[in-house]
Amino acid sequence: MKNYKNINIRFILLLSLGIAIISGCERDFSDEVQFATFNNNGDIFTDAPVGLTDEFFDSFDPAGPNPANPEGFGTDDNVAFMGTSSIRIDVPAPDDPDGAFIGGIFLDRGDGRNLTGFDALTFFARGSTTATIGEVGFGTDFEENKFAVIAQNIRLSTDWRKIIIPIPDPSKLIQERGMFFFSAGSQSTGGFGYTFWIDELRFEKLGNIAQPSPAIFLGQDISNEVVNGMEFMITGLTQTFNLASGINQTVIAAPGYFDFSSSDNSVAIANESGEVIVVGAGSSSITAQLANVGAAGSLEVTSDGVLPTTPPPARLDANVSSIFSDAYTNAVESNFEPPFGGSVTNLQRLQENGDEVLVYTNNNFTGIVFNNTLDGTDRTTLNIDVYPLDASSVEVQIRDVGANQVLETNVITGLPDGDDADRRLLINGLTPGQWTSVEIPLDGDLAAQKNNLGALILAGGPNFIFDNIYFFTE
Amino acid sequence: MKYLQIKTIPSIALKSLMAFSIAFLSGCETDESQTVATFTNLVLDENFDTEGAPNGELWSFDIGTGIDGWGNQELQYYTDRPENVQVQNGVLLITAREESFEGSAYTSARLITKDKFERRYGRFEARIRLPFGQGIWPAFWMLGADIDENPWPGAGEIDIMEYRGQEPSVLVGSIHGPGYNGGDAISKEFTLENDRFDTGFHIFGIEWGPDFINFYVDDVLYNQLTPEDVDEETDGEGLWVFDKPFFILMNVAVGGTFVGPPNTETQFPQTMIVDYVRVYEN
Repeated sequence: MKNYKNINIRFILLLSLGIAIISGCERDFSDEVQFATFNNNGDIFTDAPVGLTDEFFDSFDPAGPNPANPEGFGTDDNVAFMGTSSIRIDVPAPDDPDGAFIGGIFLDRGDGRNLTGFDALTFFARGSTTATIGEVGFGTDFEENKFAVIAQNIRLSTDWRKIIIPIPDPSKLIQERGMFFFSAGSQSTGGFGYTFWIDELRFEKLGNIAQPSPAIFLGQDISNEVVNGMEFMITGLTQTFNLASGINQTVIAAPGYFDFSSSDNSVAIANESGEVIVVGAGSSSITAQLANVGAAGSLEVTSDGVLPTTPPPARLDANVSSIFSDAYTNAVESNFEPPFGGSVTNLQRLQENGDEVLVYTNNNFTGIVFNNTLDGTDRTTLNIDVYPLDASSVEVQIRDVGANQVLETNVITGLPDGDDADRRLLINGLTPGQWTSVEIPLDGDLAAQKNNLGALILAGGPNFIFDNIYFFTE
Repeated sequence: MKYLQIKTIPSIALKSLMAFSIAFLSGCETDESQTVATFTNLVLDENFDTEGAPNGELWSFDIGTGIDGWGNQELQYYTDRPENVQVQNGVLLITAREESFEGSAYTSARLITKDKFERRYGRFEARIRLPFGQGIWPAFWMLGADIDENPWPGAGEIDIMEYRGQEPSVLVGSIHGPGYNGGDAISKEFTLENDRFDTGFHIFGIEWGPDFINFYVDDVLYNQLTPEDVDEETDGEGLWVFDKPFFILMNVAVGGTFVGPPNTETQFPQTMIVDYVRVYEN
């Protein structure tokens, strides 16, 4: 009987909804109702900026750790592809005191533009030499960057050449403020500065951009073992169009252009930001579409469910110098995400049953750099509890940074340089789906030098979980 | 005559008379001596309505690699397998595939009407959506029906549509004959502005009569060739060989001298979709 009643209520609700819709349809919009439509002018720079902010050029941070050079931007009344003026960009040399690269954005001065009627950003470019511009695009607004698009390695000619950057899905761009984006350094010119000019910069409807082939994970089919609570980004998002020239132009497209889906939402959820969150045991396939075209590439996640608890650490506090463990007080604090150039590692600190663990994914190399060196003279061994997420192996390098307290690595060989010394162990062959306590003796080069222990370098994997990282005395 | 004859309009059956005449005037430098074509009698109406293999009463197949890749160093092996040629949902699909087959790295198909449908003069047209990509070379063309006795280029060739997959907006129409053939054929390119041939169907056709061949795409006449043009292009050496029956060919070649080989970015399979082939006579 109860069920029956519920159905009735639902039916009534449905019915009343229907009435509301019917009556809603019969009523015309009053004259005061106006749908918001945004400026649909595609021009950005002809002989002067068109509808941009008064700043015109909004530089990347000139004061950050990798300072942009805001000085090299301007217009040039002596050079133009058409008309009387062009944008002139002077790309600095790496040792330029004002900053080693130039880059930034142009913003619409209003609420944004409706770009749905266009299919590409186009401009004419000319270089003082045949350099390559690192990145060019649009959709970056220094806020959400929701529909950011980047084309990489734009080849300059010393004559004017038309550059075409396709819009991954124009229907998304109903209100876009990020009109233009570029970033240029002197990597392609052997460190010599150069100049390039841009003219006739606009969004255009070319009509001959076709054959979309979107991709996630750069088109690769990946499978990962995971545990509940893991979160990671869907990377390698691109859209490729065939241009009228026959060239396949690939752009990096923001997650906002894609529709992500998970084949089993009880295992993993893929949200609109391109983030995957693992919620249950089992397998799920993560795929995507862009403007109703299936993207190449996928991610098959197989979740072990809840991460098992680690083996309880049983060493006496007095015999332990802890780096990362909920069982011991840290002997030294550490930087778990050191700014190693070229590292693409993703680290997630995952809480499970009151225990925090370190989840490394996509690791090429990263490190745990101690804020102060640790005297390991009395310690004999390093313990790491390892939960492998794939069948590959991770190398742990225990580094003593020497008396000068500086982490010195030969960039060619990756070996310790200067007064540094290390002990390395390749951790492999562990049983997946369970924790293993790995003990690395402080022998080899560390036998004679372990009074300035400064870092653990982690290479390879790429996917593993660490916990209970501590030095101890046997 | 059912239709009005308007002097500057070569084909009165085309849809948009105004658009056509404008294009005609601007594209062709017409003058009072322009030959008028009026082909209205439908003699071939191939709509590909029967599923499966193409109608054997009209179509045969060239099989294999010919001599030197059909004379052009083409890379494909032509078959008549359904993987390469099939009628489906009212259209003909000619599909080039990347697969190892009989010593070739690609397969595709070439349909011919030799000994089955051969005609002198008329309006020949097909509605086609083209494939794309570096090294893809589809064609809708004709050869002189006496080719067995009178080898190419003596037999003559009319390329109603050739296209390079790496130039998806550009159509090439050509004639080949003694004194003007291969790389020296008499050709004209037509560029589809703000559009391309691999995203929708387009009608490719010729109107062919004594002393003229008109080339058109959709409602645009983009070239007319006459014996005078052959004389002019070849300094009087070339011979007009287009006063005898020809047969029709349709194929998708892969690689060859006209397009160069496919590259790593060329996507396979690539399919040419033919909605219909029609021939009208006087």
